[in-house]
Amino acid sequence: MIGEFIDGPLWTFALTVFVIGVIWRIASILMSGVRNDLAVPKGSAGNGAFRAIFSRFVPERTVTKRGKLQLIAGYAFHLGLFALLFFAQPHIDFFAQRITGFSWPAMPYWAFIVSAELAFAGLIFLWLYRLLNPVTRLLSDLDDHVGAILVFVVMLSGCLALAQSFEVLRLLHLLLAELLLLYFPFSKLMHAFTFVMSRGYTGATMGRKGVNA
Amino acid sequence: MSETFDLGVEAMKAQLDAKVASYFSSCVHCGLCAEACLFYTETGDPHYTPIYKLEPMKKLWRREKTFWGKLGASLGMGEELTEQDFADWETLVYDSCTLCGRCSMVCPVGNDITYMIRKQREAFSVAGYAPEGMKEASRRALKYGSPMGVTFKTLQATLSHVEKDTGLTIPVDQKDADYMTLFSSMEIVNFPEYIESIARIFKSAGVSWTISSKAYEATNSGIQIGNKEIAAELVGRVVQAAEDLGVKYVVSPECGHAYTAIRWEGPNLIGRAFNFEVVHILELLEQLQSEGRLKLKSTEQTPLTLHDPCQIVRRGGVVEQPRVLLNSVADNFTEMTDHGVMNWCCGGGGGVSANERAEEVRLEVFSCKQKQLNQTGVGTMVTACANCRIILEEGIEHYEMDTEVISLTELLAEHLQE
Repeated sequence: MIGEFIDGPLWTFALTVFVIGVIWRIASILMSGVRNDLAVPKGSAGNGAFRAIFSRFVPERTVTKRGKLQLIAGYAFHLGLFALLFFAQPHIDFFAQRITGFSWPAMPYWAFIVSAELAFAGLIFLWLYRLLNPVTRLLSDLDDHVGAILVFVVMLSGCLALAQSFEVLRLLHLLLAELLLLYFPFSKLMHAFTFVMSRGYTGATMGRKGVNA
Repeated sequence: MSETFDLGVEAMKAQLDAKVASYFSSCVHCGLCAEACLFYTETGDPHYTPIYKLEPMKKLWRREKTFWGKLGASLGMGEELTEQDFADWETLVYDSCTLCGRCSMVCPVGNDITYMIRKQREAFSVAGYAPEGMKEASRRALKYGSPMGVTFKTLQATLSHVEKDTGLTIPVDQKDADYMTLFSSMEIVNFPEYIESIARIFKSAGVSWTISSKAYEATNSGIQIGNKEIAAELVGRVVQAAEDLGVKYVVSPECGHAYTAIRWEGPNLIGRAFNFEVVHILELLEQLQSEGRLKLKSTEQTPLTLHDPCQIVRRGGVVEQPRVLLNSVADNFTEMTDHGVMNWCCGGGGGVSANERAEEVRLEVFSCKQKQLNQTGVGTMVTACANCRIILEEGIEHYEMDTEVISLTELLAEHLQE
């Protein structure tokens, strides 16, 4: 009964809230508007925005020197999570069945294990860093911790459910993923989408000035 | 709650545009911006983390623009922006931020934190929470046309000395000249040799130029303090003078923030594009050199390094020109580590140098530049901003260093081919 609810209506509801919520958040940002810049540009805003969206994946020397561990953990977590989400066989099967209607090649089991280890190590390090470093401790709020905990338990339940031999574990993983989807649009997790906008806006401004940002 | 506080809140609401909304939505509180800010790296105080300086604005954004904030507000719950926030954050917003823009270059999600701090100052200024030194500078700028109270008579006296020393005539209010040249008060009072250098270079290159008796000051206290009315008035005076004289170009002096003020913020402040072009003096000199009008001789053997003024380079886009010019006259030029758009600030930009209250922390964080200079091992530092120059000289004095600071324009004037 509960299983059917998690597998059916709750999934549909969570996905709907996620999609509408993300669109609403992005639309509300765009509708806040940006004043037209009247200064004569030196360079292209479009090129600057495009450049910044990708160039910020490569950190400046200041960050590689002073924030080395955070940087490595950040890459490990994000790459690991991305690989797990989109290239784990159960996820591909799920997406194909529920959303896309087609599948794509999955990563081998050993790559799954490496991805999971990277994602867990990165997330745990970043969370401990958040708690222990004076700067991140000062900045952090409830949203940061709720987001981290939700992602952690989703990943953990996902690994436990990997064998798919226990339906209860699969349903637990799906339930937690649904909670994450419901929380996502109202939280900092939105940075997964809005980073394109923030990088784009800054890149456009700097591009007009002829500065590679 | 005071009336000015309410106005401050309204001014802050007006700053919550799409850029700010995307920035706060994207910030994951990673704290990496701290590693790019000399106020944090040199003191280790987490309160100097750039994004933390925006807590008041973030509080308002959360309440006005987010689901949880709006829900809390409708239920009479959640955090509200208070007057105490303005009081508590005033020193972080004005004393420990030079608007240098280094944090904006390293943010993984691309947040232009400097843009937000500049915008937040608008609200602080309206609410009455701004340093006395900057308020005074703004009043003097409005009354006398200069934040240091330099009147046209003072400038005339300086020009007379320059004319006597060079034997050249400095054109004033000459209609239909090509270029109208601006200066910073710091140059007029402390570095008149800059004006002399300009006169000699322009004479040598055959530049048609003039100074306006109505608008000769390039700096803009309104932008530093965050008062757009004052900023617009000061820009408007320059625009009026340039259009009255019918010049084709206005030349921004070496001063960094003056360039940002007139070049990038100016048209937006007065609400229209200019009828003339704005060029930085280094852009013009590099152009003159490339056209063969500025002939320089490379005879400087002294080891030199370059301090990049943040507003000219990182926030202004004049990156290569100083290097091209410097390499034309210097045979022994060494870049600092973290140069160009990733330079470290002198510590006195964004109005910090006009804020007496900030002097102690400004001198403390100069240790950053000291380390850079020690690494380079060069005893002569060239720069292209009068404000940087005076701050660098003060820091050098404070740390008892044996370093000379010289202006790039002056260096070029010394190497003119006669």
